[in-house]
Amino acid sequence: MAKYMLIMRNTDESLATMMSTPFDQMLETVGRFNEELIKAGVLVAAEGLDDPGQGVVVDYSGEKPVVTDGPYGETKELFGGFYLIDVASKEEAVEWAKRMPAIPGSKAEIRRVPGIEEFPQDNEWIVKERAWRERTGQL
Amino acid sequence: MPQSADGRSPATADPSGAEAARRAVEAVWRIDSARIVGALARYTGDFELAEDVAQEALAEALVGWARDGEPANPVGWLLATGRRRAIDAFRRRSARDERYALLGRRLAEGGASSGAVEPPERADEPPWDPDRVEDDVLALIFIACHPVLAPEARVALTLRAVGGLSSEEIARAFLVPVPTVQARITRAKKTIAAAGVPFELPPAEERRERLGGVLSVLYVIFTEGSTATSGDVLLRTDLAYEAIRLARMLAALLPDEPEVHGLLALCELTAARFPARTGPDGEPVLLEDQDRRRWDHSAIRRGLAALGRGSAAGRGLGPYGLQAAIAACHAVAPSVTETDWDRIVLLYEALGRVAPSPVVELNRAVAVAMAQGPQAGLDLVDDLAVTGRLSGSHLLPTVRGELLTRLGRTTEARTELELAARLCGNARERAVLLRKAAALSADRR
Repeated sequence: MAKYMLIMRNTDESLATMMSTPFDQMLETVGRFNEELIKAGVLVAAEGLDDPGQGVVVDYSGEKPVVTDGPYGETKELFGGFYLIDVASKEEAVEWAKRMPAIPGSKAEIRRVPGIEEFPQDNEWIVKERAWRERTGQL
Repeated sequence: MPQSADGRSPATADPSGAEAARRAVEAVWRIDSARIVGALARYTGDFELAEDVAQEALAEALVGWARDGEPANPVGWLLATGRRRAIDAFRRRSARDERYALLGRRLAEGGASSGAVEPPERADEPPWDPDRVEDDVLALIFIACHPVLAPEARVALTLRAVGGLSSEEIARAFLVPVPTVQARITRAKKTIAAAGVPFELPPAEERRERLGGVLSVLYVIFTEGSTATSGDVLLRTDLAYEAIRLARMLAALLPDEPEVHGLLALCELTAARFPARTGPDGEPVLLEDQDRRRWDHSAIRRGLAALGRGSAAGRGLGPYGLQAAIAACHAVAPSVTETDWDRIVLLYEALGRVAPSPVVELNRAVAVAMAQGPQAGLDLVDDLAVTGRLSGSHLLPTVRGELLTRLGRTTEARTELELAARLCGNARERAVLLRKAAALSADRR
């Protein structure tokens, strides 16, 4: 078993479609998909992000970080939310992504999430992180 | 479903394309095989036929998807192909029956079997009836774990028909030859057909008992996967996780059954210790010596949550729930000494009443020794020894040897540990016992 993150990427167009979709309808569509993931025993976590217009961008290209309000402007593919699923293979992660009730124009990126057991276990910072994960029940 | 125009990838001759297609088929199969087989079984009313045609559809997908690309609706494709094969089979049967009819035999049956199956094949049909598919999957689980089947047949059929594993995967997991698994599954399907077992949920009065049978099959799969002392460790762990996946499916289908949550909790809490239970050279590490930091804490959290759901049903915990509650005591304890042994004693007492067994009594004796001291535990072990119910097992002399050691009765302890080593069938465990016995001799010198 391995953890994969399905990273949702919106565009201005898909975001506009999402905003014009009745909220109840969206909740039902997404809820049905989430229920499928839960029933299959693969869902670990899922979160969606707030309006990118309310976000802040910190740019590290200069000597000091430069902070600007508003959406991340360099690309139209804005990060909108994620699913974290525990599945047998990359192909299974892809298959779940295909079934996602995604809005036309949006994209999902699928990336494996390495477990902490893949890091050197005797490194003091990994030991500390492990302790923190235990205390807080993090994955 | 966001399926774009490029949903069909162009035909490709390179082997990586075939490999990619195989992996794509396997991914769909893993997610949906139970629903596909369940829907086909309800459609045909014939579990054996449904499983056969589902396997035919899978085999066709492996060839066809590599050649033509993955279809836009993979599940619909598999189900439609399975249905077509089922119709072919019924046509063959009715043709045969008509021949028999011409001979003047079995006229009525032949007519009935050909008339009932012609389906309305419509392109816009959903792959299955959403109101029925959950019951179909449940019926599938119950039929695969049916009491007319031998225990090893139930295990093989459940992994195949519900879990979607291939004969090769099952054979690898159980360290048996592939033909053995194939024969076991074929025979199991024929037994179901011969016994006339209908494809339906068991009647209410049998439901509880039949559910117990299902849970024990899942638990056998789990324990087979969690005994890492033989075979390929990783593969067998996969088998344990397969059992957990099936238990999660069952818990979602039967949310009001406390023992389903109990079993899921027991499996999650046991699996949480997997990362810590073997040393660098693969030798077993006892619970008391495990580095608890290595336990899988998200599995512990899931296990505790499942146990909570089992308790919340308000019908009391059954044997699986009680074992999960004991595992939970260990899971939340920072060390052996800081474990709530009084609670574990109570839980073993309860377990001994709902599921009496000498092994449970022996475990209770160990817990009593931890809670009240070694003498109290030894008294219980001696009572158990008198009954002779564990004679021939290395477990009783192992525990007796440990308790005598703690009481400082080293000569008796050594005799017990040496007896335990002689009775123990597992080489690694035997080595540990002999080492302990030898350490006692050294102490005395």
